[in-house]
Amino acid sequence: MDTSPPDPQLSALYQELILDHYRRPRNKGTLEHATHAVSLNNPLCGDEIDLQLRVDDDIIKEARFIGRGCSISQAAASMMTQLVKDKSIPQALALADRMSAMMQGDDGAARDKTLGELRALAGVSKFPVRIKCALLPWNALTDAVKP
Amino acid sequence: MLDVARFRADFPLLAQRENGHPLVYLDNAATTQKPQAVLDAIVEYYRTTNANVHRGAYDLAIRATEAYEAARAKLAEFVNAWAPEGVVFTRGTTEAINLVAGSYGRANVKAGDSVVVTAMDHHSNLVPWQILCQEQGATLRMVEITEDGRIDLADFGRALERRPKIVAFPYVSNALGTVNPAAQLVKLAHAAGAVVVVDGAQSTPHLKVDLQALDCDFYALSGHKMLGPMGSGALVAKPELLEAMPPYHGGGEMISRVWDDHATYNKIPHKFEAGTPNVEGAVGLAAAIGYLERIGRERIAEHEQALAAAAIDKLTQIEGVTVYGPRGKSDRAGVVSFTYGDIHPHDIATILDQDGICIRAGHHCAQPLMRRLNVTATARASFYLYNGLDEVDALAGALVKAGALFGYVPA
Repeated sequence: MDTSPPDPQLSALYQELILDHYRRPRNKGTLEHATHAVSLNNPLCGDEIDLQLRVDDDIIKEARFIGRGCSISQAAASMMTQLVKDKSIPQALALADRMSAMMQGDDGAARDKTLGELRALAGVSKFPVRIKCALLPWNALTDAVKP
Repeated sequence: MLDVARFRADFPLLAQRENGHPLVYLDNAATTQKPQAVLDAIVEYYRTTNANVHRGAYDLAIRATEAYEAARAKLAEFVNAWAPEGVVFTRGTTEAINLVAGSYGRANVKAGDSVVVTAMDHHSNLVPWQILCQEQGATLRMVEITEDGRIDLADFGRALERRPKIVAFPYVSNALGTVNPAAQLVKLAHAAGAVVVVDGAQSTPHLKVDLQALDCDFYALSGHKMLGPMGSGALVAKPELLEAMPPYHGGGEMISRVWDDHATYNKIPHKFEAGTPNVEGAVGLAAAIGYLERIGRERIAEHEQALAAAAIDKLTQIEGVTVYGPRGKSDRAGVVSFTYGDIHPHDIATILDQDGICIRAGHHCAQPLMRRLNVTATARASFYLYNGLDEVDALAGALVKAGALFGYVPA
């Protein structure tokens, strides 16, 4: 049997922080008095997210999600709901752009501290078919706040 | 077991390495690799025989037509069709089923009628019937499956009480590998007055299929899942049904005479083959059939059953792995669907890919089935004649690594 150590790219993809968010998602559940809600799914793989926001005076006061999917999509959703709390909608959309840039392999974005824990997902850019997983919650957020 | 090394040498793609490892291709239920004989047949057709079929008066066009019609006869013999003219070439199973729904279905299913499908049908044998029933005001009835992944015969019987116009089911489930008791289901459906549509996408490549003995009315198959080219496939039907059906697509080839405001139609099967057909696909499919016949489908089925049994044995020894579908050896094809603890199937597929192992992860175009299994997705390994026991070992070994990566250390 092959007992070689796992590939370093794989170890980077499935690092502790990501698995922790996958197994103990933050802000999972439904939100009372949500002002924005959107459901998105990826028809190819079946990943699902229901995202709810409570926006007050253009500030995201709270974000919660219900989702089913792979470790990458669920960890990304969990991290995102933490990061966008108390951000203005333009700030949240700017973060969505930075996240997207990081997925395209932009090293500057991967070092951008404003992305917080989400930088742990930088390794996803090495796995092109998984990029859509990491961006699913961000696409939901963008859809939710669309005027 | 088959002499796998001998067959592998016939498949150029299998010699490739993936991510630095020998390729372990276990996604055969999605599509199979192609032997050199099929590639050669396609190249040879274009080098020596290419012209439009059923049109030209010159010798080259006649040879192209002969090659196309010889492929039809070969496929008819391979599945023991009722007659070669009962074989309509299509892009694959999906188009074949859409043809039946769009032509036979529209002409025969009326408001208040019912159409029966099963909870293990592929979306291609479900959505066309949904569309038909919505259009006609008919009822779609989905037959349940049992816990071990078989069609629930009691529920099948109840669905027949409404005397449905059409009953559709898969011969072999693409997601579970279940080999359904097709002949028995056909008999029951006929006794209730229904016309029977069998999705043969997963049976034709792997089992000896005898349509006259099976006695269904329509049978759909795909060439690319049986060593043939993508975009090749067929609807095989009882000729008298095809005769009575209205055309599906209009255009050249399918007509007899055309006036300003109407037309008369060609004989079957040409009535259903509007436009220039996929001759290269038909020729390649005939070469694939030749390859399969030289091995024999009984031997292929036996080989795949042995691989599936070995895979189930190895996988279920890994703590946390759940294998879906029937456990009997005789009613299971070479498809093994599984989950592994809380590791999502997509994560499993990504991890296995780094070891050069290709499996499918997802809903397998069977979302109603996934709901019944209470999962959003499964991982699926599916075998063919060129897979060996060493590849089952590689699969199990890579899964253990995936478990370690996710913190599943077997006791």
